[in-house]
Parts: sequence; structure tokens; C-alpha cells
Amino acid sequence: MNLFDNRRYVFIVFTVLIGLVFIVRLFFVQVVESSYKVSALNNSQSHVVVYPARGLIYDRNDELIVSNQAAYDIMVVPNNVRAFDTTWFCNILDITKQNLEERLQRAKNYSWRVRSVFMKQVSFDVAAILQEKMYRFPGFSLQSRTLRKYARPVASHLLGYIGEVDKRILEENAYYAMGDYIGVIGIEKSYENILRGEKGLQIFLKDVHNRIIGSYEEGKYDKPVKVGRNMTISLDADLQEYGEKLMQEFVGSIVAIEPASGEILTMVSSPTVDPNMLIGRNLGETIRKLSADTLNPLFNRALMAQYPPGSTFKTINALIGLQEGVLHTTTSYYCDYGYYYRGVHVRCHTHRAPLNLVESIQHSCNTYYCNVFRRIMEDPDYENTEEAFNHWRDHVASFGFGEKLGSDFTNELKGNIPTAAYYDRYYTSGHWNFLTIISMAIGQGELLITPLQMANMTATIANRGWFYTPHLAKEIEGEPNIDPKYKEKHYTTIDAAHYEPIVEGMDLAVNGGPGSTARIAKIQDITVCGKTGTAENPHGEDHSIFIAFAPKDNPQIALAVYVENEGFGGTWAAPIASLMIEHYLKGETNRTWLEQYVLNGNTKKKKNEEAAQGTEDTGNEEEG
Amino acid sequence: MTRRNNIYANVDWISILIWMLLIVFGWMNIYSANIMNGDGTILDFSQRYGKQMLWIGVSVVLIVIVFILDAKFFPFFAYPLYGLMVMMLIAVFLFGKEINGAKSWFVLGGFQFQPSEFAKPFTALALARLLSSHGFTLKSKRSLVLAGMIIFTPALLILVQPDMGSTLVYFAFLLVLYREGFSQNTMILGASLAVLFIITLLTDKSLIVLGIWLVALFLFRFNVGGKKVVTGIFIPGIAIFGLLFAANYFSGMKFPIYHVTLAAFAGASIASLVAALKSRQPAMLKILVGMFVTVLFVVSVDYAMNNLLKEHQQQRIYVTLGMEDDPQGVGYNVNQSKIAIGSGGFAGKGFLKGTQTKLQFVPEQSTDFIFCTVGEEWGFIGTSLVVILFVVLITRLVILAERQRSHFSRIYGYGLLAVLFVHFTVNVGMTIGLLPVIGIPLPFFSYGGSSLLAFTLFLFIFLKLDSNRLELLR
Ligand SMILES: [Zn+2]
Repeated sequence: MNLFDNRRYVFIVFTVLIGLVFIVRLFFVQVVESSYKVSALNNSQSHVVVYPARGLIYDRNDELIVSNQAAYDIMVVPNNVRAFDTTWFCNILDITKQNLEERLQRAKNYSWRVRSVFMKQVSFDVAAILQEKMYRFPGFSLQSRTLRKYARPVASHLLGYIGEVDKRILEENAYYAMGDYIGVIGIEKSYENILRGEKGLQIFLKDVHNRIIGSYEEGKYDKPVKVGRNMTISLDADLQEYGEKLMQEFVGSIVAIEPASGEILTMVSSPTVDPNMLIGRNLGETIRKLSADTLNPLFNRALMAQYPPGSTFKTINALIGLQEGVLHTTTSYYCDYGYYYRGVHVRCHTHRAPLNLVESIQHSCNTYYCNVFRRIMEDPDYENTEEAFNHWRDHVASFGFGEKLGSDFTNELKGNIPTAAYYDRYYTSGHWNFLTIISMAIGQGELLITPLQMANMTATIANRGWFYTPHLAKEIEGEPNIDPKYKEKHYTTIDAAHYEPIVEGMDLAVNGGPGSTARIAKIQDITVCGKTGTAENPHGEDHSIFIAFAPKDNPQIALAVYVENEGFGGTWAAPIASLMIEHYLKGETNRTWLEQYVLNGNTKKKKNEEAAQGTEDTGNEEEG
Repeated sequence: MTRRNNIYANVDWISILIWMLLIVFGWMNIYSANIMNGDGTILDFSQRYGKQMLWIGVSVVLIVIVFILDAKFFPFFAYPLYGLMVMMLIAVFLFGKEINGAKSWFVLGGFQFQPSEFAKPFTALALARLLSSHGFTLKSKRSLVLAGMIIFTPALLILVQPDMGSTLVYFAFLLVLYREGFSQNTMILGASLAVLFIITLLTDKSLIVLGIWLVALFLFRFNVGGKKVVTGIFIPGIAIFGLLFAANYFSGMKFPIYHVTLAAFAGASIASLVAALKSRQPAMLKILVGMFVTVLFVVSVDYAMNNLLKEHQQQRIYVTLGMEDDPQGVGYNVNQSKIAIGSGGFAGKGFLKGTQTKLQFVPEQSTDFIFCTVGEEWGFIGTSLVVILFVVLITRLVILAERQRSHFSRIYGYGLLAVLFVHFTVNVGMTIGLLPVIGIPLPFFSYGGSSLLAFTLFLFIFLKLDSNRLELLR
């Protein structure tokens, strides 16, 4: 060990050396270099934070849908406040002296040295007058802010809104200061870092009278402001407006996707709010009020409502059956008003029998799918139901069910596809079979799917077996590409060829003549493929679902329409989907009768009910 | 053994005095950085200075406990304490609260607690225990691996939080290995690679490759004497790259210099390799291998940085190195810090007289950038006093460590002084703009209960060991 005892001197020498380097450096910085010193006249610096304009948002047709408007906050640093003309100040701001004291106290409680908001969003005129006289009020300053402005009163769920940062964000992210705005939800939140830009800083020198006498060190320490970047989203504002109009009498949602790109064309959640209501100093109160509403207009049903898919799910079971080789296009089953097996009865409606695969989609036969489901679950290729179930579940998951799709929304939910483990727990292993879970044959039971996932499934069928993750971002200024995950094709586990009979069945469901379930969705010159569905609702009337895409070959639009508490999918959801498709592909509709039918909606029924029960109770428990 | 009760005579009062001076001076600056216009008492626990006062009180209790415990407690429980601390670090990663992007805090009631601060003394204990154990020699590979594991397990757990600053502190323990006889050349090599790593991130890669190449050529020139090879490659090489660089930097052309450099490098290397094999000079081969390894290192660091790390991770590293502005602007903080320190002049503006309200823009005004407040209010006198206090403390600790009879105590002492050295150097260096901004506190000085308690514990365990130095033999 003695060998290394001298190494102690290395430590001592290094420590002393570093100390010397520091002292020399400090001597230069503090004593020699005058440039760091603020002049002896006690001139002080003034820091002005320059807020960038937030990025603009355009829709897919280059229509400017979100822009900015200026507003001014009065800020205060309590530590710098000196005696000032309170009477004049209170008069111009139209507040009492007591209120002035309260506001100052609130600022002091936040911090004596850090700037905080004294008064939010004063009018432009007041700001203009104050600007001139600001030097008379040391400690106070004007801060320009950017508020949003919306060209159309639509799409508030998808665009989201901006609001003041809360305490949690202030604590976690050093960029934001009290009073700053941040995207709270929707696109504004997802693309906050792109849209917000970056705050800049100007340092000025002030004299003893608190007047600015020039920039500090010729702006050497200033930080340039970076303007927020603009973005183009895939939304079709016109279609969105039309969709919201069609849904105004209903509770529910519409999601439309361009199958070839995965771009979201429309995302309606009804009831909705005019985004222009989500601006300004009363935002907090507005939000509180809206949240208290039983139908909660702020709740985004398109992403967060989870419903059983109903008969629309028959398409998936058919595809899995074909892929697993337990079902063929020629397979026929007889249906006598339902499926009976060991005391279990699944009812079916009136239609001709027997039906083959294509006809089973066209007529939406429950019996047929109970048989298909049994064949899948009792597939002799697998050892037991559990193994067969796991294969079935993998197929289902390949459509993006049971997990978040990964769209550019932060509040997307994942729905639910039960696992074998779940049934093992519930019924104990080996004590359940296809009959236990037969309701999933026709899309009921534990299955839960969001409208976005449903629209994505429709796009996948339209594409015959693949999808791009649904997304809104189309172009971002300054970035050559959007997130590569939106350019990645996801293939389902089903071969492309198996989709043809399903598409055929969906074609016939709309265009197949008498007995087809969705004849009301038919459009002249356009081959619409569709499928009705009804989501069982244990809390009230069932929800009506319709999925559709068009044209049949080279699909341009795929969509899912949900209307809550309105029963059979053909009644309302199908005509709404049909009108949406027509509006998107033709730009107009000449079926004004159908439009009127939807726009008048269930008013007749509503009136009857209101007369009967006084007030209507709309159970939207699905949102859980 | 009769000296057992004579703790007052045996304890090192110089270190305790410096500790007290740092704590009191630190608190005064925290008070000044947070005080309102006169109102509010010293013990206002809603304010930072009030909380810090509370922590100082807790520190004193902690010191009493350390001195009551038997000195043998520390070597005996070194491993269990270390194990407990590793579990805490895992727990904080799983259940901790994220503040400023790092998941390194437990929140209990109104108080936040940062386990990574306490990891340092416990790592020092475990390392001292290992290095002082029977039959341990740094010459054995197995022993070295064990020592490495003790040092870098907590470092890795802290890196994933991610807290880059605190992770870097763990390299201080390598200095302990150095004192205990770890190869000097390896230390120098390691340090050079670390410097190379940082340079790779900071500057143009082609310049570095070119630099390595030139160094190798010079080594050839002086060690081997391959004059022809050198002049044959050296002169045209310099000419070509000079032209390319000039074209790119002055005329805005975009030659792919990096790839050209790499290609030229490969060509020149093959030529040198052939020459080396022909002349059968092992020295030449050694230089060539060294050159290959370093270039490979640079290229792989570059590749890892650009291809393996996600963008936000890259961002974090660049921000740490002060290359890219973080949202608030790291470079901006340093400027503000320098302005504040500079404005203090020789004698400072006086206690509580710091008018630089601009410091509101330095977010870590009472934690990582507390030295600014010293500079502004106490001037050059104050800052140099703090520097001198740390230098004296660290050299005093070297002397204390060297007078230990027990290896355990000496190694632990070196762990302590090495960590103090790194904290002091990095923190003050960053505040005065000599080092990149790496957010670690100034020991005993910065605001923060975890840091204060952990460093106090770290120091006083050693002072306890030192006061019992005549009894502890192993
Ligand atoms: Zn049937």
C-alpha cells in the first residue's frame, strides 16, 4: 500500500488547482470585467418575455379553421411595486380599491419576485391607454397573449382548446410560467410543442424613473422568440359541420376516415360545444357548467365512449371463420327465428332461409353467426376452447381492438376484448365453452369498442385487410414528414381474399333489395357498402350503429355512426351515414326528404315521451 | 480503549467548523433569495428558508445519532444499508413522483424526499467495506468487477430516472479506486475516453477523426520514424481537408466531409498497416490499433447518439452539455448567472440588497444556482471565501483520511472527499460558465432537505470513524 500513499498529493494538488482556477475566474468576472456590471447609478434591468403567436391550423382543403386574436394580461411583480396613483389605476381598470388590494395579495401569495397575472384579458382599449402610462406603475407590466379564434363553430372535441397552465404543470415543466396558456385537450394538446413556438426574451435597461433607456448589452443576452408552427390537419371542416348538423337532434358520434391514408375526415361527438365558447376569461366557469350537464358536451364520445359492436362484429367473426377454414363462402345454415342449443336461445328476425355467407351479412342472421362462432371455438385443430379462443382473440386484436390505436389524441380509450384468463377466472378453467360466451358471436357481451376503433375496422374492410393508424396530422410546418408511425401499414391476420364475400354482403345489405337491412343508405350512382348494428344497453334503450364505406371499389370514405338510445341501426345511423357519404363524395345531396327526416330527428318521439313522462331521462351510462 | 469517552478531544473540530460556516452562510443566501419585503419570520415553514432551517435542525439530530452509534456499526451494516438504498431507488422509479421530467422523488405529506442523494454515502460505505475486506486486491478482475457493480448499480438506477447530473457524480468513486492503487494509465485512458465522448457530441465528427489521425501520424513521426509514410500522407491530407473545410464553411458548399474523412482515414490506415507489417515494427502496430479503437469509439458514439436514442433523449443530453437550449434556455441561465455574479463586484451589494430581480428567470435560484446569490450580495470576497472553505475542507479530509489506521475508514473518507470534490467543481464551474450546466447542488449550501441531510450524514459518519481511529484497526 505504501506504494500508492503519494497519490494523496494528487488529490490535494488538484483541489487547490481547481480552487485557484475558480478564484482567478471569479476575479475576472467580478472585479476586472465591467461588462457584467450594471452601472453604478443603480440602473436596473427589465426582462420582457415575448410570447410567440400560436401556430395556425388549416383543414385538408386549406381552409384556415383556427387562428389567433390578441388579448392583454396585466402582470405584477409585487416586490417592484412602489407607491402609485391607485385612483387612476382603479378607474381605468374599473375595479374598487378593495379589489385592487385583493389582487395584489393574491400575487404576493404566489410570489413576491416572480411575475404573476394581476388581471386577465383586459380590453384592447384599456391596454392601449395603459401602455402609454405604464412607467408610472412600477412593478406592473402588460403582457400580450394569444387567444384562439375559430372560423366555424365546429369540431371543438377534435381541436381541443387552450387554457391557463395549472399548478401541476408549473411544477413539472419549467417552460411554463403562471398565466401561460397550454393546449388542454385535442390537437391543441397533442401538438402543443409544435403549435406553441418558443417564448423569447428581451432585456432592457431602465433608469431610476423606471423608464426604458435601451437594450441591455445591445441585445447580447436576448433570446429570440420562435413563432408557433402552423399545421394542416386531415379534417374536412365542411363535412364536420354537416355531420354536426345531422347529429344535432341525437346523442352519439360519427367518425369518418379516408381508408387509403388513415386520415380522419370527421369526428363528431354529439352534443357538442361551439369552440368559441372555450375562449376567454370565463373559460373555467364555462367548463364547470358544461361538465355538470348530464350529457356532458365536453365528453368526446368518438374516443371515449365504449359500446358493444353489435351485428357489425359479424363481419369480423365471418373473416375469422374463413381464415381458420371452418367457414366457406358456400356454407349455409337454416334459421328458424333463432338459435337453440342446450336451453340457450338467441333470437333472430324474419328473413328467408337457409342463407349462405354473403346473404348472412346482407340479412344479419344471428343463427348463422352462432353456428360460425361454435365452429371457431370448437375447431378440431385446437386442443380445447381456450386455445381456439386465444386464436380468435389474436385475429380480433389485429384489427386494433382492445388496445389504444395510437392516434394523435391523448384521451383515446382502448375498449375491451376479454381474454381467456378472464373467463378462466370467472368460470374457472375448463368450465366454459362457446355457449358461455355465445353473445360475442353477434357482437354483444363483454366486447367494448370505441367509435374510432369501429371506423378503423370499416376502413380495414374497405382496404381488404390493412389500415393506417387513424390520425389527424397531415402537414407540420418545418417538418418534412409527420410521425412515421402513421405511415406504417398494419395488416390484419386475415388474408385479403377473404374480405371479398364480406364486402359483397355489405354491398347487398344496402343495395340488395327487399329484406336487406340497410336499404335506406342506398345512394344513386354510388355503391355504398354497409352493415347495421345494435349495441345492447342494459341501462336503457339500445344504441344504433351503422358502419359503411364507399365507393365499393376504390373506397374514399369509411365511417361509423353511433346514435345512442335509438334502437335499430337502420333507423337513424344508416341515413346519417348515407348523407355523410353523399356530401363528401358529391358535395351536396338531392335527397332533401332524407335530410329533413334526419334533421327533424326524433322530435316527434321526443314530444310524445315528454308528454308522457314530463322530462326525458337520457341514460348515457356507457361513458362510465 | 480508555479514550473511548474522550470524543470531544478526538473529533476533528476544523471540519465541523467549516461545516457550520457553510450551513449558516448557505442558509443566509437561501433566506435572501426567497425573502419577501420584510415580513415573515425565519421559521415560516411555507418558505424555503423556513424549511431549510427545519432541515438544519434535523441534521443536528442526525449528527447526534451518528455519534451515539458505535463506530463499528458502519462497517458492519454497510452492505444491508446499501441493499436497502438500492431497493429505494427501484421503488422511486416505480412509484415516485415526476418533477421537472425526472422521476426521482417520493412525496410524503408536504415534503419531498430524493433517495438518490442518500445513495452516495451508502455507496461509499459499501465500497469501503468491499475494498477493505480480506484478500481484496484491485489486481484481480473479479474484485474490480465487484467494485464496479457497487459503484454503478445506483448510478444506473439514477440514470433511468433520468437524472444525468447525479449519475455523473458516481464517477467520483473511481478516484477512490485510484487512491487504492488502481492503474494510473487506465485512469488516464478512461478520462481521455470520457473527454473524447463529450468532444464527439460537441464538435464536428470529421474534425475529431482528422485530429485522431494527425495525432497518430505525429506518434509515427516521433516514435517510429516512418518519415516517408508521414510526409506522404500528412501533407496532401492537410491540403485536401483544408480545401474542403474552407469550401464548406466559407462558400456554403455541402461536401460530405465526414464520410470523405472516414474513407480517407480507412485508405491511409491500410497504407500504414501495410507499411507497419513490412517494417515489422510492433510500436507502429500499437499506434495503429490505438488509432482504430479511438476512431471506432467516436463513430459508435455518434451512431448511438443519432440512431439509437430517441429524439427527446438526445435533446436531454445536448441540453446537459449546454449545446441546445432547453425550453427556458440553459445558455440563458448561465448568462443570467454570470451577470448576477458579476454585478456583485468586489465587495458585493450587501446582505438582502441583491436587486437583481432578473434572477427570477433562473429557476434553480436557491438550489443549483445559489452561488449566484453569494456572488451578487457578497461579491468577490464572498465567492472566494466559499471556494476557500471547500478547498480547505477537502484537503483537510485528505489529511484525515490518510491518518486512519483502518482501511475501511480511509476508503470511506476518500469516497466522501471525492464526491464533495466533484459536486463543488461541477456546481461552481457551471455557475461561473466554465463547465456545462449539470444540475447538481452545492453541498451543505444549496436549498434542499435531501441534499443537506445526505451530505451531513456522509460527512459525520466519517468524523465519527475518525474520532474512533485509534480503536478501528481494520
Ligand atoms: Zn336468422
